[in-house]
Amino acid sequence: MSDEANLEAFRETARAWLADNFPKSIAGRGAELVGGETLRDMPDDLALWCKNLGEKGWATPTWPAEYGGGGLSQLEAQALEKEMRKVGAFNPLVVKAGMGITMVGPTILEYGTEKQKQKHIPPICRGEVFWALGYSEPNAGSDLASLQCKAEDKGDHWLVNGQKTWTSGADVAQWIGCLVRTDFDKPKRDGISFVILDMDQPGIETRPIELIAGASPFCETFFNDAKADKDEILGDLNAGWTVGKRLLQHERNSQTQARSAGGAGAKRSLQDLAKDYVGTDVNGKLADAELRSRLADHMMKAQAQRLTIQRVTAEARGNAKVSAAVSILKNAASAVAQERAELVVEMMGHQGLGWTGDEFEDHELAAVRDWLSGKAISIYGGSFEVQNNIISKNILGLPETTQRG
Amino acid sequence: MAALTEEQELLKEQAKSWANEEAPVSSFRAMRDAKVEAGFDRGTWKSIREMGWAGILVAEEHGGVAMGHLTAGVVLEELGRQLTASPLFASAVVGATAVELAGSDAQKSAWLPRIADGSAILTLAIDEGPRHAPLQTALAAEAKGDGFVLNGNKVHVLEGLAADAFVVVARTRGSKGEAAGLTLFLVDGDANGVSRTRLSLADSRGYAIVELAGVEVGADAVMGEVGGAADVLDRILDIARATLSAEMLGVAAQSFDMTLDYLKNRVQFGQVIGSFQALGHRAAGLFTEMEMARSCVEGALQAIDDDADDVALLCSLAKAKAGDFLHHMSNELIQIHGGIGMTDEFDAGLFLKRARAVEATFGNQSFHRDRYATLQGF
Repeated sequence: MSDEANLEAFRETARAWLADNFPKSIAGRGAELVGGETLRDMPDDLALWCKNLGEKGWATPTWPAEYGGGGLSQLEAQALEKEMRKVGAFNPLVVKAGMGITMVGPTILEYGTEKQKQKHIPPICRGEVFWALGYSEPNAGSDLASLQCKAEDKGDHWLVNGQKTWTSGADVAQWIGCLVRTDFDKPKRDGISFVILDMDQPGIETRPIELIAGASPFCETFFNDAKADKDEILGDLNAGWTVGKRLLQHERNSQTQARSAGGAGAKRSLQDLAKDYVGTDVNGKLADAELRSRLADHMMKAQAQRLTIQRVTAEARGNAKVSAAVSILKNAASAVAQERAELVVEMMGHQGLGWTGDEFEDHELAAVRDWLSGKAISIYGGSFEVQNNIISKNILGLPETTQRG
Repeated sequence: MAALTEEQELLKEQAKSWANEEAPVSSFRAMRDAKVEAGFDRGTWKSIREMGWAGILVAEEHGGVAMGHLTAGVVLEELGRQLTASPLFASAVVGATAVELAGSDAQKSAWLPRIADGSAILTLAIDEGPRHAPLQTALAAEAKGDGFVLNGNKVHVLEGLAADAFVVVARTRGSKGEAAGLTLFLVDGDANGVSRTRLSLADSRGYAIVELAGVEVGADAVMGEVGGAADVLDRILDIARATLSAEMLGVAAQSFDMTLDYLKNRVQFGQVIGSFQALGHRAAGLFTEMEMARSCVEGALQAIDDDADDVALLCSLAKAKAGDFLHHMSNELIQIHGGIGMTDEFDAGLFLKRARAVEATFGNQSFHRDRYATLQGF
């Protein structure tokens, strides 16, 4: 059979499987899951869908089948996504796994021992475990390599002490992957290891962080004589910087889509929202000519960003290798998302700043939170400036001096 | 959106090495210094014709190779990198497209084979004022007998001195600002009443004012529908805009490469200046802009080839984003090179001058932002 015929046969299989396994009652409701929300009115149907999807391995379609993944090719995975979209199906396990599917899993598959893969990958595929990540510390943000949280070799285990911050979902996580210092005598990047810890132990405490936008998934996480199994170092000892950087590339890759789905204006187009709040002249043009021009400029940037993702995907020719190019996409995506949120708030005037109360529409209340929480996009996953360091050094080949990253 | 095919990648390499060897920036400079009246070097044009690129959009039945717009863009980008000046864009892209889309069978048979082999140059005469404004056309075409009499002026006509014939946008009824009443005419350059004046612009290309004073043409000079040319003109212009965006991308990409090279080699304070973060970040920002602009240009050209529904939107996007990046990049080219960038001996000035000229051609960034907003319904 030709490739195209094979793909068509796969589409047929996927359609049939979806017809049998996806509860139509929750079709089209994937967007409601973002931000930890669950479908409160349909918990059983959602649970059933999670179970079916996880057992099939199609929440992690391209991961090897031997560890519980779908074992599909990139083209098949794209076809599956398309078929899912057609029937309103979505992948709730990406949310349920925390950082498990987007970042930790791919990194374990790349660097993990056979034992680590057998232990950690199948539960991620089934969506049974939530993963957090411990990277940043209060005094190690953009200069991550100066981290001080440490792991000491105690013969049969590692003893971990220190503090991590911005650990998203640590309060609900079962597992955490941490960058810790395992050798204080080596230059700072060379004494770091990636260690995996079970969150269910007395030596780990978490405290949620309230942000400018209100409640957040972020936590501070404290390690006081926490223990990790001896064989839970991912990659080589003291090679955590390499492993951790690779994981961040997976993170950026998951952040390259401009965040236009959530929050304000998700259901209405940006131009319709503008017309509602700003009004139009006799020719149907936005009444505020200056805003009209900036809105057009913004929409062009957003379209350019989307076209670039399509182009990069096409140029990879089905080979989904994560590369330094994601830094470009991440910076463009964060600029687009933040500019969009600013425009939405601006066009709504004071209604776009409503904090609580019935005087404001839901989409107005969402707009202000979206605007504020979106300020984080250019900070997390390596700030805008850190990405520019990566682009100038790794893509453009400019020399490094004091800039690190 | 798809990636370039292997065939297109090969052509890109071929065009790159052709431009490097046969028409580098130094040959454009030599043409400028020699004050060549037509604004391009005949030898360069002959070599382009021999490469077969003049027929790149023309159908095979009319002697072309019909390789599509994305492919034409690939060639124009590489020629743009060396600022190659030739009638390739004005005639083989815009002229050929006008005849292909609006011409009668007789006009196609008469002109397309000659455009495709480069033996004739056909250019679009559209704007009448300093800024691109198709609907502001006032050049009058009055019916007389079976034909028409044309009266009016066209300015900034690209390759207007060398052209053998013009596609003239005229008004058969209505008034300035109206879409209804526009008509296209194919007017021979030697026709009685046609006169041309050379315009000297900063970019040293071949522009002319074309005056039509009582030019009598037959009914067979009309291209398409009398008074109903607005839609086809839009399509011709969109193809021109997207293809020119590819050339602009080439001009900008070369400016970027020159700047990056300088950042890696210029030493001040005992180190290469590219090691300064303030400059590294600017380079990173420019590179990001370039990648975005490239996606818009290739997206628009491919949409034309696919005859997609959103061609107009994508062509305005491409022209605006290529224009934005080229504008920014050409200024940074000068600024980052410092004093040497200000000297005529160095090439930066040639890139800056070309940049502004192509930005203004067929609508600058603000023209296309306005059009984009209108197309998006606001």
